Amino acid sequence: MGGRFDAIMDRKSEIMLRALGMDYSQYDLTPIAFEYEAMMQAHGFSIDDILGIQREAGVGVTPLLELGNMTDLARSMAPPGHGARIFVKDEAANMAGSFKDRRASMSIHTARLRGYAGVIAATSGNYGAAVASQAARAGLGCVICQEAFDSRHIGQPEILEKSRICEAFGAEVIQMTVGPELFAHMLELLEQTGYFAASLYSTYGISGIETLGYEIAEEVRLRTGAFPDAVVITHAGGGNTTGTARGLRRAGAHQTAIVSASVDLSGLHMASDSDFNRKSFTTGHTGFGVPFATWPDRADVPRNAARALRYMDRYVTVTQGEVFYVTEALAKLEGLERGPAGNTAMAAALAIAREMPRDATLVVQETEYTGAGKHHWAQLAFAREQGVEVRTGDPGDSVPGQSIVIPQRPEQLSVTDVDLARLRRSYVRNALAHAPDGYTPTAVDIGFLAEDTNSDPDWIERAIAGLATGT
Amino acid sequence: MTEEDLTAPARCTPGEWVEIERVLLVPADRAPGLPAETATTPLRMWLKGFACADAQLGEELPIVTMTGRTEHGRLTAVRPGYTHTFGEPPPGMASIGRDLRERLAAWRSAEDPAREPAGETPNPPGPAGGAR
Repeated sequence: MGGRFDAIMDRKSEIMLRALGMDYSQYDLTPIAFEYEAMMQAHGFSIDDILGIQREAGVGVTPLLELGNMTDLARSMAPPGHGARIFVKDEAANMAGSFKDRRASMSIHTARLRGYAGVIAATSGNYGAAVASQAARAGLGCVICQEAFDSRHIGQPEILEKSRICEAFGAEVIQMTVGPELFAHMLELLEQTGYFAASLYSTYGISGIETLGYEIAEEVRLRTGAFPDAVVITHAGGGNTTGTARGLRRAGAHQTAIVSASVDLSGLHMASDSDFNRKSFTTGHTGFGVPFATWPDRADVPRNAARALRYMDRYVTVTQGEVFYVTEALAKLEGLERGPAGNTAMAAALAIAREMPRDATLVVQETEYTGAGKHHWAQLAFAREQGVEVRTGDPGDSVPGQSIVIPQRPEQLSVTDVDLARLRRSYVRNALAHAPDGYTPTAVDIGFLAEDTNSDPDWIERAIAGLATGT
Repeated sequence: MTEEDLTAPARCTPGEWVEIERVLLVPADRAPGLPAETATTPLRMWLKGFACADAQLGEELPIVTMTGRTEHGRLTAVRPGYTHTFGEPPPGMASIGRDLRERLAAWRSAEDPAREPAGETPNPPGPAGGAR
């Protein structure tokens, strides 16, 4: 980075150490490996502690709704005897309207406990609303840095709504044009204010999501007599997948399949000024989902607590048009009008439920609030204004950034599987590329990479050998 | 309230809620490796707060933000509001609910002819029923 941000980037480690109150280097084992579980447990909160803190903050204990009409819709297009029972955890019922309240609550709790005067987060999503809401309750100052506009000062209506809600909760919102330098400006603000860095990817944030998986496991067992067979999770930076899966395990639901789902935005560049307003999803998409799965440590903390490859059993994509269709269907069939990005997993669930037997259970683990700007109609109207073609047809024909195709029939809903072996290899390549030149991975590294990719040491050794020979 | 009160004013007085704009990075100072369409534009920011001086739109002024920070920039709006909406029904959207309710009713009566067709809510008969 040129110019005046160079100096601040040089002080990144020092600023983040003060702003997070946590020295990540103590968990390093080698230039590649680190002690993930020790890092996750460093805050010392048990699941009961976290549940207690969240109760006090007004977070969680959201309704688990069985969706009889969506289930019958899946069954109406499934082979005989198929069509799993579909449930949804209505996370929109949280105070700021999404599961992000869980994520924010532990950071705000920690910031208050340690005497910070306020919190800062970089987010254009629901997380900003959650941080602002929790900060208001805790009496803390709050600054939210948002990538909000293209260079013409045109903003996606969903992001403009996020600016509004953050300001409604008393946050100072910095609305910026497109570019990764947002992070450098956040560092400047952290240094200037002495505030706590309420990072999406800190151990606090991810621990806060564990209660979501925990509540789902307990409630489904209570209602059906067994843990859910599958949980479908909208996936972006990896926190939702990681936290939910860890929570399910904490409750003992080790057999529940973890299915991550993202909206396919392949071909769109996340730092492009001209692509910025040609996407109708600002989160839950492959533009975050794939890069963060294959290199989690690109985040704003030294070690990302969200490490999705550790937990994913399956990763699927759906198209923008399919998610908008299912968002409309959910409102009309279930009386549940919710935001589209949070319905990414719902779109995938309708396709996946068809593959599962009727007595199986599938949980969509979140919803998010909707409203002006966030509403799917608002987003489609905006897409058309930006020159994106919106039409009905086969969603498989859509091209991200150029067209959004709304299905004509529910049979057109499908999922595309992402090859997890390819993602794991890509992760291994990135891990090796970030080690010092000439570094040879040790047995400790092989073991760590196997855990971090949910594979095994033999597979990692073969992957490393394959990378070396270019196969 | 007079008509004049409803129009966005072109100048602010101290203490008013305003929005300012500032350039954070000129193109030459932007991060390396950006796509050309991003690299050639300045990194700009907009921010709201309470005006600390009289100013006309386009003039520089200091503001105090909600966290008590003093910032400065060019005045872009006085009493800025929000104008995002719910939009209008896009092609193919309005009929989805009708078609799916009909489809479920038909499927349920085929599954179990004794069972009442789905629906606590009566479904208006649709012309096309594009679900089948």
